[in-house]
Amino acid sequence: MAQMNLLQAINNALDIAMAENDSALCFGEDVGHFGGVFRATSGLQEKYGKARCFNTPLVEQGIIGFANGLAAQGSTPIAEIQFADYIFPAFDQIVNESAKFRYRSGNEFNVGNLTIRTPYGGGIAGGLYHSQSPEAYFAHTPGLKIVVPRNPYQAKGLLLASIRDDNPVIFFEPKRLYRASVGEVPEEDYQLPIGKAEVTEQGSDITLLAWGAQMEIIEKAAEMAKKDGISCELIDLRTILPWDVDTVANSVLKTGRLLISQEAPLTAGFASEIAATIQQECFLHLESPIERVCGIDTPYPLSLEKEHAADHLKVYEAIKRSINY
Amino acid sequence: MNTDIYKEGPVVHNAAFIDGHSVEIPILKILQQDGTVYQGAELPKINEEHAVKIYKALAFHRALDERMIGAQRQGRISFYMAALGEEAASIGGAAGLEAQDMIMAQYREQGALIYRGFSLENFMNQMFSNEKDLGKGRQMPIHYGSNELNYMTISSPLGTQIPQAAGYAYGQKLQGKDAVTLCYFGEGAASEGDFHAGLNMAAVHNAPVIFFCRNNGYAISTPSDEQYVGNGIASRGVGYGMKTIRIDGNDILAVLKAVQLARAYAIEESKPVMIEAMSYRLGAHSTSDDPSGYRTKEEEEKWHAHDPLSRMKSWMLAQNWWDEAQETALFEQLREDILAAVKVAEKIAKPPVEDLVSDVYDQVPEHLQKQLTSLKAHIKKYPEAYPLTAGRIK
Repeated sequence: MAQMNLLQAINNALDIAMAENDSALCFGEDVGHFGGVFRATSGLQEKYGKARCFNTPLVEQGIIGFANGLAAQGSTPIAEIQFADYIFPAFDQIVNESAKFRYRSGNEFNVGNLTIRTPYGGGIAGGLYHSQSPEAYFAHTPGLKIVVPRNPYQAKGLLLASIRDDNPVIFFEPKRLYRASVGEVPEEDYQLPIGKAEVTEQGSDITLLAWGAQMEIIEKAAEMAKKDGISCELIDLRTILPWDVDTVANSVLKTGRLLISQEAPLTAGFASEIAATIQQECFLHLESPIERVCGIDTPYPLSLEKEHAADHLKVYEAIKRSINY
Repeated sequence: MNTDIYKEGPVVHNAAFIDGHSVEIPILKILQQDGTVYQGAELPKINEEHAVKIYKALAFHRALDERMIGAQRQGRISFYMAALGEEAASIGGAAGLEAQDMIMAQYREQGALIYRGFSLENFMNQMFSNEKDLGKGRQMPIHYGSNELNYMTISSPLGTQIPQAAGYAYGQKLQGKDAVTLCYFGEGAASEGDFHAGLNMAAVHNAPVIFFCRNNGYAISTPSDEQYVGNGIASRGVGYGMKTIRIDGNDILAVLKAVQLARAYAIEESKPVMIEAMSYRLGAHSTSDDPSGYRTKEEEEKWHAHDPLSRMKSWMLAQNWWDEAQETALFEQLREDILAAVKVAEKIAKPPVEDLVSDVYDQVPEHLQKQLTSLKAHIKKYPEAYPLTAGRIK
């Protein structure tokens, strides 16, 4: 085991993927010699050459279009979009092309080898365009898989699984944790399952569900609630699409209460989808309405970031609301 | 200065703008309408066998389009797109490639598939979206695709195949394959962001891709002069630092020549090439529009005189590689075969309900399996409302 931060864990996973597979390529804006603006691809061009790890022009629809073509050809593209806020020029290539390639061709062709890595989320004073969490836009698209890790160990295992998965995967990296989150990570190859949530802490009074950097927030709120004698069960969803209904539903059948917290704004966020499904699955077992603690419905602001965000205090208040309902 | 970034010109001290139309682009013409070759023209590599194969593909294309427009009017299929007048672009393009080269088309290039031997049954099964369609009946008619024939399945959104072709070709190059990708698109699609994205990606990353623009004068009803200004689409190729050629798109020998040269260049130099083929869409955009609303009969007549099929036929007759008896027999046979194939394909069942959920992912995920199970129960409850699938649900 080694101590790694989340970026090092990602870099390590990319290194393993490129070493084992000659057709694996890493590319995107500033991804080459510079190693990406966050340095996730640091050292890969030196090790694997300019043909396999390279800078692209500043054109997100071109990056993903190029990646779709490579994947259809049989290569293993790992494309980086520098910030998730800038993924939208590629929305058509992802939603109309990557997601539908296999279906529309009757499986004559597919882009299952495609992985799109992109840093998402706020808390870094990034303002409107370096803070967004756009997972819900993509979660509405059959054919995609969406994965979000919460720490370095998860990041390495889930990224390797995403690269090897035979479906296009968008891998959202919590950039607030890139250097802040440090932990034990095995140096050898391992994978964590896609489509499986993880119960990170057992509890009996209420289920708290989140993903990515928001896991830290609900952990902090659970600590506060514990002092009030409230026992929280914590679940990291890990995969947004297709998501693990069973793990969440089983937990809610036990606790009778559910709180979902996401960084993205409230309305039509993925928390809403989870709430709808769980009220269907667990209706007669619910002791209180399902709580959604999310960003408020504004663009992501700069100076009032704390007010906007779903922080631990807002989660803590919602836990009490649910328990005292 | 790095000449890859810009070519240093003379230093001047009085402001002078370069005219936006100043790039002169010649147009390659080899075959005249009467079937004779222009004096001094250099022919593509072609022999009798190859020429007959090309000509038969042209004939097949024309017979298929004619019959399927009729089938659409009779309500037998929902939609069709013909390529009347511009068949030389797709068939000549495929004829200039090798079988291992990938073709990523827009939608009006069924000629390339015909040339590569896509069977009449496969065409029909796709258009009738029956259970034997390679695409499992999921897309509108003419959205063909074949892995075996290296013809990428058509996608309706315009221009998306352009950056994909750059990536596909880059992969071919990296794996040392003796293969290129040929990417078709129209002059309308060249207004899409993906066109500019794809050209730039291909040029910067030295992808062996042939960008083949069919400039047929119209994007649905919008004429080219409302689509762009400047010296055609070819000038964009020059702008992206690419070797570029403009050709007479109705001249099968010019198309063949340009593609043969482009392929050799793309492989040897590992670089993209741009071909702009000037043509005219003689028919409607699709069976859903009527050109009389946006252009004159006189304009269409002018282009009928440049028909690529009769031009090649005249040349074939002059070579003694073809005669009128063969011509009559071929078209009779084609019409008979196509009509028979229509009658077979329209009787084949639609895909089973299971095909609704397969291929969304490599395997059907649990949530989708559940949705299918409840859908089947619902269909069984109201079988008369779902006649295509109700009878086959166990």
